[in-house]
Amino acid sequence: MNWALRKSLWVYHVNTGACNNCDIEVLELLTPKYDIERLGMVLVGSPRHADVLAVTGACTRQAQPRLQEAYRQTPKPCVVMAIGVCANAQGIFTEAYHMGAGVDVAIRAVDPDAIIVYVPGCPPKPEAMIAAAVKAMELIKTL
Amino acid sequence: MNAFGIIGTYIAASVGTLAIGLFFRWFDRKATAMVQWRKGPPWYQPIADVLKLFSKETLVPSTARRTGFLIAPAIGLAASALVAAILWSAVLMPGTGFVGDLIVVVYLLLIPPVMTIFGGLASGSPQAVVGASREMKLILSYELPFFLALLVGVIHSDWSLQLGQVGAVPLYSISGAIAMVLAIIAMQAKLGQVPFDIAEAECEIMSGVYAEYSGPPLAIIYLGRAMMLAVMPLLLITVFWGGLTATPWGIAAFIGKYVLLVVLVTLIRNTNPRLRIDQIMKFFWLGLAPLGIAAVVIAVIGRAWAIKWL
Repeated sequence: MNWALRKSLWVYHVNTGACNNCDIEVLELLTPKYDIERLGMVLVGSPRHADVLAVTGACTRQAQPRLQEAYRQTPKPCVVMAIGVCANAQGIFTEAYHMGAGVDVAIRAVDPDAIIVYVPGCPPKPEAMIAAAVKAMELIKTL
Repeated sequence: MNAFGIIGTYIAASVGTLAIGLFFRWFDRKATAMVQWRKGPPWYQPIADVLKLFSKETLVPSTARRTGFLIAPAIGLAASALVAAILWSAVLMPGTGFVGDLIVVVYLLLIPPVMTIFGGLASGSPQAVVGASREMKLILSYELPFFLALLVGVIHSDWSLQLGQVGAVPLYSISGAIAMVLAIIAMQAKLGQVPFDIAEAECEIMSGVYAEYSGPPLAIIYLGRAMMLAVMPLLLITVFWGGLTATPWGIAAFIGKYVLLVVLVTLIRNTNPRLRIDQIMKFFWLGLAPLGIAAVVIAVIGRAWAIKWL
């Protein structure tokens, strides 16, 4: 069953207050040059269909409960992909008044055993995201 | 045919159609990728998708009616499997059908969309309810042109309501060609493909009727859609395009027609934007329905005066 999960990761894109830069780079993955579908990954419209939550943005206070709810609604096993330096460590917005706990802290508050893959960069290159996806597949092998 | 024969036919036809349908799902995605100058998924992609969905968690929303929500996809799949059994036995063993099996097929083909509506309404999610109401309008739109197109096929086979009554091929006449075009467009709507995918519209209503499904029920929906993708072209070939003749050349032609219709579905899907609800209803009722009535009239005239090409 792990084989099937590795070969068909469906991605749901959650924006938790990103500046749209990472989102454009996520879209880049669907274009002919990078074509993520050859790894079996597709973008889906509902978190209930998803295996990967691609989280962009610094996780503001408003977005944090929504992110946690989206994670709860994703059928397990699933992978969280924190894309961009904001999603990894809140970037330049650390200690700002409107920030929530950070993507990984917020997710771990719901599920301490969550699989989180970090993709640093501002914005990360599509190659970095593909590398992260492959790393996620390696992690799934150990489940 | 005894009970074992019937059950055997049902199981064999559903498994076979499922295999064909999953292959066509991959074919559809690969062709889409080629249209967009991408590489596309590997051949085992639909199998991996289905296996993965079966191994995942099933989530039922707290607002959902549990039984209806979970049973609706299974009924839809069973209905399309039954259509597959009737069609394949009419194609492979001509004469085993019964009078009126075309009507049974038309009714059974209505069950999968109705079950998507049922499941969408049972899930208790606003997005799914909007999707279900759109699906209802879609059914109201395409059913009339679809019936009219099939009626032309019935007229051409000398008013026989039995599938696989091989006579003159309806497609090679004016009314038959019009009916085929109508049927292809109705097939596109029945399969819920772009431009008629208002019911699931990912970017407006988040997959609409399917928004709340996850895990095994979603896998059954996936299988049901794959099955419809295999069943609808088969119905069109049987009614309009002469079915299967048991010669090497006939079998090759049959496979060619089958693949051609699936390629048409894919190409229409890739070259059109999604239509609005009102545009779809206008298109089917004011555009295609009068065309269908015209085709029926032409076919009746051709029948009455024995003119082959009408």
